[in-house]
Amino acid sequence: MLVLLFGANKGYIYVRAEYPIAVKRFEVAINQAKEYGILGKNIWNTGFEFELEIRLGAGAFVCGEETALLESIEGRRGQPRVKPPYPANSGLWGKPTLINNVETFANVTKIILNGAQWYASIGTEKSKGTKVFALGGDVINVGLVEVPMGTTLREIVFDIGGGIPEGKEFKVAQTGGPSGGCIPKQYLDTPIDYESLASIGSMMGSGGLIVMDERKCMVNLAKFYLGFTVDESCGKCTPCRIGTKRMLELLERITKGQGKNGDIEKLEKLANMIKKASICGLGQTAPNPILSTIKYFREEYEAHIIKKECPAGECKALTKITINPELCKGCGICKKNCPVGAISGEPKKTHKIDSNICIKCGVCVSKCPFKAISK
Amino acid sequence: MINLTIDGKAVCVPEGTTILEAARRANITIPTLCFLKEINEVGDCRMCIVEVEGRKGFATSCIQKVEEGMVVRTNTKEVVEAKRMILDLILSNHQRDCLTCTRNGTCELQKLAMQFNVTQIEYQGAVKIKPIDDLSPSIVRDPNKCILCRRCTAVCKNVQKIGAIDVLERGYESCIGTVNNKSLAEVNCTFCGQCIEACPVGALKEKEMIEDVIEKLHDKDMHVFVQTAPAVRVALGEEFGMPIGTNVTGKMVSALKRIGFEKVFDTNTGADFTIMEEANEFVQRFTKNETLPMITSCSPGWVKYIEMNYPELLGHLSSCKSPHEMFGAILKSYYAEKEGIDPEKIYVVSIMPCIAKKFERQREELKNNGYYNVDAVLTTRELARMIQQYHIDFVDLEESTFDSPMGEATGAAAIFGTTGGVMEAALRTAYETITKEELKNVNFEDVRGEKGIKKATIDIQGNKVKVVVAHGLGNAQKVLEEIKSGNADYQFVEIMACPGGCVMGGGQPIKDAKTRATVDVRALRAGALYSIDEKSKIRKSHENPILKKIYKDYLGEPGGHKAHELLHTHYQKREKYQL
Ligand SMILES: Cc1cc2nc3c(=O)[nH]c(=O)nc-3n(C[C@H](O)[C@H](O)[C@H](O)COP(=O)(O)O)c2cc1C
Ligand code: SF4
Ligand code: SF4
Ligand code: SF4
Ligand code: SF4
Ligand code: SF4
Ligand code: SF4
Repeated sequence: MLVLLFGANKGYIYVRAEYPIAVKRFEVAINQAKEYGILGKNIWNTGFEFELEIRLGAGAFVCGEETALLESIEGRRGQPRVKPPYPANSGLWGKPTLINNVETFANVTKIILNGAQWYASIGTEKSKGTKVFALGGDVINVGLVEVPMGTTLREIVFDIGGGIPEGKEFKVAQTGGPSGGCIPKQYLDTPIDYESLASIGSMMGSGGLIVMDERKCMVNLAKFYLGFTVDESCGKCTPCRIGTKRMLELLERITKGQGKNGDIEKLEKLANMIKKASICGLGQTAPNPILSTIKYFREEYEAHIIKKECPAGECKALTKITINPELCKGCGICKKNCPVGAISGEPKKTHKIDSNICIKCGVCVSKCPFKAISK
Repeated sequence: MINLTIDGKAVCVPEGTTILEAARRANITIPTLCFLKEINEVGDCRMCIVEVEGRKGFATSCIQKVEEGMVVRTNTKEVVEAKRMILDLILSNHQRDCLTCTRNGTCELQKLAMQFNVTQIEYQGAVKIKPIDDLSPSIVRDPNKCILCRRCTAVCKNVQKIGAIDVLERGYESCIGTVNNKSLAEVNCTFCGQCIEACPVGALKEKEMIEDVIEKLHDKDMHVFVQTAPAVRVALGEEFGMPIGTNVTGKMVSALKRIGFEKVFDTNTGADFTIMEEANEFVQRFTKNETLPMITSCSPGWVKYIEMNYPELLGHLSSCKSPHEMFGAILKSYYAEKEGIDPEKIYVVSIMPCIAKKFERQREELKNNGYYNVDAVLTTRELARMIQQYHIDFVDLEESTFDSPMGEATGAAAIFGTTGGVMEAALRTAYETITKEELKNVNFEDVRGEKGIKKATIDIQGNKVKVVVAHGLGNAQKVLEEIKSGNADYQFVEIMACPGGCVMGGGQPIKDAKTRATVDVRALRAGALYSIDEKSKIRKSHENPILKKIYKDYLGEPGGHKAHELLHTHYQKREKYQL
C-alpha cells in the first residue's frame, strides 16, 4: 500500500517482508525513478522534493488496515485507531495523509496520462475503470485477471475461467476473501462493481475471487474464513477479539454435529453486533462469510443442526460411509485398502463398515470397483 | 460552542468536547469500561458506543468529538443490546468468582453486569487459564480476571513512563504481560502501584499480608506495634462510604486498638525525624555545595526507579530512610530499651498508602542489629478489609488518640502525604536551622498543587534556594534528564513516584473511572492533610518535643553517628531486567 503525505515530500510503500519479489521490484523501480530524476531532490528542476521509502510489514493482516498501518510505520504495535478522524485529516504523525492501495495509484497515473474521460468510459455508472481479481478455487483457469467494472461473475468464471473442472456444478464464488461474502448461482449474472457486491452481502475487498463447486459445505466455508479472522484479529476491541472466537466456536460445534436449536439466530445476532461495534474493517467485515452463507444456505445450517447431516459431505463428523449390500460383490478390495481396519466381511459376502472405527478418509469409496460404497 | 442533541435533549458544549463528556454534562450517563480520563482514551472495550444519526456503525463516545447538529442516541434498543452482548462476551472469558474476589463490591465490571441485568452468559466458550504472578512482594497479577482494558499499561507507559507491562500476543490470545513474561519482580517495575489504581477489576492487587499480621497478633510473646502513614487517615473512610477527604484519624486509631495492636503509633512522628535528618543533610550539602541538587528519598517507588534507571545519579539522593523505616528503627532501639522489650519480640506493622513499601520493607540495608526496621506493610485497602474482617462498625466508632510518647507529630509531618509536602516541611526546618530566626509564614504555596513539576525560589538569608517538586515518574524522568544534562540550576528536589504523592498512592482506596473523571480526588485528600497542618499547634518538625527529647537522650545530633546508623541508608544500582 502507498502512503503519501500531501503538501509534503515523503511517501511510504508498505509491503509485507514475506513478499521479497515485490520488495525487490519496488527497490528497482524507486532507483530507476531516481535516476530519471522523477523522485528525490529537485524533481525536473522544479525544486520540488519527494522521497519514497519502503517499509516492511511483519506480516500481520491487520497492518493492511490503514490506521494500523500508520501505527506500524510510527513504530508501534500494528493496531487500528478509532475513526473518525480519518487519515485524510489526521494520519501519519497526526498529519493529513493520503493512503491508498498501490492499484489505486497505478490507476492514477493512467488517468493522468489518458484523461479522466477515458477512464470514466470504462466500467459502470458508479464504479469506474478496471479491477484486478485473483481468480482461484474450483475453476479451470486460475490466475490474475483484469476486467472492466461491471463484468458479470458468469463471464469471469465461465468465459475467462473456463468453467468448473470435472463437470461439477458451480455453487458459490467468494469475493473479498475473509471479509467478503459468498455469491450463489442465482447472482451469476450480477455485474461486478462496488455497489452490486455490497447489495448482495459481499464486497470487492482484496480482489480475491474463489470459486467453489457443489462439493463445498457452506458452514465449513464460513468456519474456514472465520478461522482466519480469529487468527488475524489484533485483539484491541472486545467484539472482534472475543466475538469472532465465539462465532468460530459455534461453527465448530455445528460442523461436529453438536449444534443446537437457536444457534443460527445466535450467530446472526452476534454477527450483526460485531459488524456494527468493531473498531476496524477487519471486525466489521469478519461476519460477512457467516451472514451470507446463512442468508443463501440456511437449509445447510439446519441440516447440520437438526438432521446432523452435512449435505455437501464435507464435514467429516457428519458424514457416514456405507456399503450398499445390493452392489457389493465381496471382492475385499475396500478391506485391504482401509487404513484403520474399519471394514470386515467374508470373501464373496457383503462387507460392512464399523462407523466407530471409520475415519471417513474416503479411500474405500474410490477403490471399490463396483461403486458400492458412498458417503 | 457546539449545539447537538443527545437522547432528545438539546446540549451546548465547547468545541472539542467528546460525546461522552457532553452527555455527562447533560446528566446522561454513558457507561464506560476501558476509559480513564486523560490516561486511557482509546475506545477499545466498546461499552461507550452510541448511535449518531447518519453514521453507519456505532460512534465511540469516549473519543469522538461533538459536531454541530449532531443527533446522538445513547439508549436505543440496538445500542443497549450491543452493550449487553459486549458485556456477555467479556464475562464469557472471565473468571467470575466475585465472592472470593478482592474487588467484590468495587468492581466496575461487576457493576456494569448488574446495571445491564446480565444474569447468565449467552455466549459461553473457551476460557484461557493463565498463571498468576505473585512472585513480587508488592503486586499480584491475575490474568484470568483481566479484561484487557489496558488502563494499567496506559498509566505505566504514558504517565509513569515505565512500560513494565504491555499487551502481548494478538486476538483472543492477547494478554497483559512483561518482557519475556517474567514476574513483575524481575522486570523494570517500580511497584508504584498506579496500575492497581487504574484497574477496573480484580486483575491487579497488592500482595496481601493480612494473615501474617493476624498470626502475630495472636502470638502472646510478640509486641505488635502499628504505625500509620499520613495519607491513610484521609482516605480510609472512603472504604466505608465516607466522603473523599474525610479525616478519620480518631476512628482509625480506635479500629487498630480494637483489632488488638499493642500500641498504635503515628508515622508522622517518623516523618518529623525524616525532616530533621533531611533538612540537616540539605543544609550540610548546601553550605558545602556538595552533590546538588539533593533529592528526597522517602518514596520507595521513586528510589527503585532511580536505582534502575539513573544509577549514575544516586549520589544526589538523600541518604535518609523513609519515615516509617526511621520510625521502625527507633521503635526497635530507643523505645525497646526504654520499655525494656527485647527487639526480637517487636513486630512493627506499617499501614501505608503504598505498595512499594512492601518491597522496601525487605531491603537488607533496612535492618539494624539484624532486625528489619519494619516487619509488615499493609495498604489502606488491606486495613479496611481487616476492619471488616473484625466486624468493626467503622463509621460509628469512637475517636481515640495515638499512643504516647511516640504518637506526637507536627503539622509538617502531616503534609508528607501530598506532593510538595516533604519540601515544604523540610524548608520550614532548613530555614530556621540556617537563619536561626523564626519563619513567619510557614506556608510555601508555590510547591503545593497538582502541577507535575513545580519550581520555586526561597530566600534564606540572602541565599536564593531554588527547589523543584515533581510527582509521577514521568515528571521525575524530566527532572533527572535535566540534572543529567547539567542544566539543573536548583539545589533541592522532592520527588514522589505517584502522581499527586502518597494521597494517590498505589495502596489507597481505588476510585472508579467516573469518580476520577468528575472529582479531584487528589485535591480533596490533600486538602484534608493541609487542614490537619493548619490546625496543628506545632507546624515545624524541629519543634516536636518528643524528637527533641529523643535526640537529647539517645540520638545526639541530627546527622550524627547514632542518627546515621539508625536513620540513614544507602542505595545500589539495580538491574532493570533479570532475564
Ligand atoms: C483488515 C484489513 C486489511 C487490509 N489489507 C489491505 C492490504 O493488504 N492492502 C491494501 O491495499 N489494502 C488493505 N486494506 C484496505 C486499506 O485499509 C485501505 O482502506 C485501502 O487500501 C484504501 O485504499 P483504496 O481506497 O485505494 O483501496 C485492508 C483493510 C482491512 C480492514
Ligand atoms: S476489529 Fe479486530 S482487528 Fe480491528 S481493531 Fe478490533 S480487534 Fe483489532
Ligand atoms: S472411509 Fe476410509 S476408514 Fe472408512 S471404511 Fe472406507 S477406507 Fe476405511
Ligand atoms: S473482577 Fe469483578 S467481576 Fe471479576 S470476579 Fe472480581 S468482582 Fe467479580
Ligand atoms: S507498579 Fe507502576 S511501574 Fe509497576 S507495572 Fe504498575 S504502573 Fe508500572
Ligand atoms: S490488568 Fe486490569 S487494568 Fe490492566 S488490562 Fe487487565 S483489566 Fe485492564
Ligand atoms: S509516592 Fe507515596 S505511595 Fe507512591 S510510591 Fe512513593 S511513598 Fe509510595
